Amino acid sequence: MGKDKLVIEKPLYDRLPIAKPMVGVAGKTGLWRVEKPVVNNSKCTRCFLCEIYCPVNVIRVEPETGVEIDYDYCKGCGICADVCPVNAIEMKPE
Amino acid sequence: MSRPKPPLPYNMREVLQPGDAACPGCPIPMAWKVLSAVFGEKMILVIPACCSSVVVGPYPGNALKASIIHVAFASAAAVASGVAEALKRRGINDVQVIAWAGDGGTADIGMASLSGAAERNHDFIYIMYDNEAYMNTGIQRSGATPYGAWTTTTPIIGKTEHKKDVARIMIAHNVPYVATASVGYPHDLYAKLQRAKKIRGFKFIHLHAPCPVGWRFDPRYTVRIAKLAVETGLWILYEYYDGKIHLSGASRPYIDPARRKPIEEYLKYQGRFRNITPEKIEEIKRYVEMNWNWIKKHM
Ligand SMILES: Cc1ncc(C[n+]2csc(CCOP(=O)(O)OP(=O)(O)O)c2C)c(N)n1
Ligand code: SF4
Ligand code: SF4
Ligand code: SF4
Ligand SMILES: [Mg+2]
Repeated sequence: MGKDKLVIEKPLYDRLPIAKPMVGVAGKTGLWRVEKPVVNNSKCTRCFLCEIYCPVNVIRVEPETGVEIDYDYCKGCGICADVCPVNAIEMKPE
Repeated sequence: MSRPKPPLPYNMREVLQPGDAACPGCPIPMAWKVLSAVFGEKMILVIPACCSSVVVGPYPGNALKASIIHVAFASAAAVASGVAEALKRRGINDVQVIAWAGDGGTADIGMASLSGAAERNHDFIYIMYDNEAYMNTGIQRSGATPYGAWTTTTPIIGKTEHKKDVARIMIAHNVPYVATASVGYPHDLYAKLQRAKKIRGFKFIHLHAPCPVGWRFDPRYTVRIAKLAVETGLWILYEYYDGKIHLSGASRPYIDPARRKPIEEYLKYQGRFRNITPEKIEEIKRYVEMNWNWIKKHM
């Protein structure tokens, strides 16, 4: 290259295809759902199992208020209902 | 005074972003939540071609608030070795390098680079998530597919060979830490990752991961089936360090065959075992017994 230095205007990593974290990378995955988990918070013992196992990370168990589910992204797999020891979650057709 | 909050679920909330591309009931993001509880955003996942490459989502998005390097199929352990050495040279010691590969990418095509990285004792964690077939390309048989299981390449009578025991192959490499784990036991996986995090050198975790699509079961049963694999004694949870096998709490009762659930309980949920014969079930039972005898010998 002789004396001429290679000039890189942008850092190299700016020119590589680098993906950034985002919510809903596959769209609103709640649209995939055929069955919807419905929670009976008066039965719920706040054991957290549904939140620990939910593969989409859309369950939050709040000790005071109970279970909240983000239905925009819940895929309706039914795992939460299956792991709940007191059957506080029921899968209902959409 | 309020009690300290347990790491699960509180520490697993932040890293996995809802709306990833996994099938409903997929075991992969379930395990990622446990990884994130241990390492937070401070992890670099090296992922070869497999379902996980798809699950994180298409460019320009990424379902994990962590660094991911997508690499060619056979090279996960080689790339992770390089990244681990580079971090060491730069004095970065609070970031965990994790090679995250499927059973096909580990037991079959990635075996040579895995063996090399283990022999050189590079400082990273290799996790083989084992859904027991090449799922991403349409459920082809792998070295880790169990005996008797249907796949699209073992369509009539199922697989006629037993599962390759990769954890045992890694123990034979004399690495500092080897463990088996299961997506059905997140607390157990959490404890194992915590131990692995503190050990310098090569760590290997063989993670059992039931796949509703490939194993032909209703997605709601992923956890139930993962637990049944342990409760029937088919999948044994243990750690290997200091030259010995340490049986994990969840598997301890099943050292006694009388306490194990019948194998049929596990098989009956899965369409891939629909055509299995009684003789083949007997063969699976013999194989399970053989595995337990090996464990008992090395405890
Ligand atoms: C060298 C090479 N051969 C084949 C493929 C095609 N391929 C992509 S993913 C995949 C299956 C991976 O199986 P596994 O490692 O078990 O992960 P899973 O998809 O089951 O999660 C295959 C064969 C490829 N990408 N590169
Ligand atoms: S149905 Fe599945 S995705 Fe929806 S909240 Fe329950 S476990 Fe999560
Ligand atoms: S698993 Fe059932 S009891 Fe436990 S927190 Fe969830 S809904 Fe409540
Ligand atoms: S095929 Fe199985 S492992 Fe792959 S994304 Fe779907 S559920 Fe997950
Ligand atoms: Mg696989």
